[in-house]
Amino acid sequence: MTRQLLLMASLSMPVVAALAQGIQVPKNISAGSAFTIATSGSGDAVLYLIGQGQALRRDVKLDRGASFAAGDVYAAGHYMVLLVQGASTDVGELDVLPSPNPGSLGFLAKPSRLPVNVHNGISGAVYVFDPYHNVITAPMSVSLELSSSSGTPQTRTVATHLGLAWTTMDSSSKESSARLTARAGSISSTRIIAQVPGDPCSLSITAKLNGSKLQVQTAPVRDCSGNAIPDGTIVTFTETFNDAQSTVDVPLKQGIASAQMPANRGAKISAASGVVAGNEIRWEGGGQ
Amino acid sequence: MIRRLLLTSVLILPLPLSAEEPSVRIEPAQLQGSRPLEKQTESSVIRDYLQSWKSMQAAFDQNQTSKLDPNFIGTARERLGEAIGGEAKLGLHTHYEDRSHDLQIVFYSPEGLSIQLIDTVIYEQQVFEKDKPLGKRTVTQRYLIVLTPSDVRWQVRIFQSSAI
Repeated sequence: MTRQLLLMASLSMPVVAALAQGIQVPKNISAGSAFTIATSGSGDAVLYLIGQGQALRRDVKLDRGASFAAGDVYAAGHYMVLLVQGASTDVGELDVLPSPNPGSLGFLAKPSRLPVNVHNGISGAVYVFDPYHNVITAPMSVSLELSSSSGTPQTRTVATHLGLAWTTMDSSSKESSARLTARAGSISSTRIIAQVPGDPCSLSITAKLNGSKLQVQTAPVRDCSGNAIPDGTIVTFTETFNDAQSTVDVPLKQGIASAQMPANRGAKISAASGVVAGNEIRWEGGGQ
Repeated sequence: MIRRLLLTSVLILPLPLSAEEPSVRIEPAQLQGSRPLEKQTESSVIRDYLQSWKSMQAAFDQNQTSKLDPNFIGTARERLGEAIGGEAKLGLHTHYEDRSHDLQIVFYSPEGLSIQLIDTVIYEQQVFEKDKPLGKRTVTQRYLIVLTPSDVRWQVRIFQSSAI
C-alpha cells in the first residue's frame, strides 16, 4: 500500500521532523494549541495519539487530513502517533510541551503556624502550571510577598528551576495572621500563616512493641505555656543501637508524633523537635 | 537482555536483581532547600518511585486504572487514569517497559512533605489493538516527578515527561 501522511503543524508549531515510512509528525507542539494533520493518499485510515496523559483517535480520509482543535491535546508528554490503514501501520512520535502561559499555581507554604521571630521559618514552594495543569518547566519569575498588619512586607523574587520556585522568609516580631502571596504573571495565590508565640517546651516519649517493630509516640507536645504545638511540626526520633543510628522524621498529627522503629533490645531511643530534646528510652523489651 | 544496576551514590537500594529489572543509576542529590535528606528517606522515595513504574505498567497493560491507586495521587493519578480510560474506549492498550533510569533528587521541602526528582528514562512503548501490535518505539524522556508522603509510602503527585 502506498501511503503518505503529512502532519502539518499550525503556524504556531516550530518544527516538523521527517520520520520513517513517509510519516511526518511535528517534533513538538504547545499544549492546547490547535493544529492540522494533513494527509495525502486515498482511502480511509485511523490516526491514534497515545501518551501517558491522553489517548486520542481520529478517523482520517487520507486526501483530507484531520484537525485538532485548541484544547484537544493538552497533556504534556510524549505521544506515539499511529496511522492505521487495514493491516498497515505507520508510526511517529510527538512531544507536547507545556504552554508558556501560567494558568494556576501549586503553592505550598509552610508551616501554617509558627512562632514569631524565626529566621527563615516560613517556606514557600511554588509550581507554575499552564492552563492545562502541566508544570511549566521553562524558567519563570515568581514573586512571593509576606505581609501582615504588624510589620513591613517581605518580598522575594525567585526564578523557577525545573518547574519549582522556592524561598524562605522570617516570621515577624509580633503575633499576627500573615498573608503569603505568590505571583507568576497575572496569576496569584495566597496562603495564611499564623505567627504564634512559643516553642515546644519538652518532649515526652513512650514505646511499646507492635508486632516486630517498636511503636514510639510522643505525649501531646505543648509549649511552655501549655499551648498545643502546630500539627506539621517535625519530630525526629533517633534510635541508637550498637553505635548505629536510625532516624525518622515525623510530623505532628493532632499534637502527637508516632513512628515505628526497629525493636532492638538495648537500643536507646530519643526524640527531638527544633532545639528541644525529649527523654531517652532504653528498650529492654522483646524484639531482636 | 542485559540489565545493570548502577549506583553511583553511597545509597544502596533494596532492589531485586532479575532479568526484568531496569538498570538504575542514582546521581547524588543536589538539593534546593534547606532540609537534609536522610538516607532512609532517600531510599524509600526511590524505592516507591520505581515501584510506581511497575504499577503504571500493569495499569496500562490491563487497562485497569485502579492499579495506579497505591502509587499515584492528584494530577498524576488523574492524567494516567484519563489515558488508560481513553485507550480502553478505543480498544487499545499500551505496554510500557522501563529499560533504564538515571535519577536525581533535586528538592526536599523544608517541612518534609514533598520531594522532587528528575529521571531520564529509556523505555519501550508498544501499542496493541486487542492482541495485535500496532507500533513500538524506544523512547528517551526526562521526567519531572513530585512525590508526597502517605501513611505507608511516597506517592507520585506530579509525573510529567519532556523530550531531552
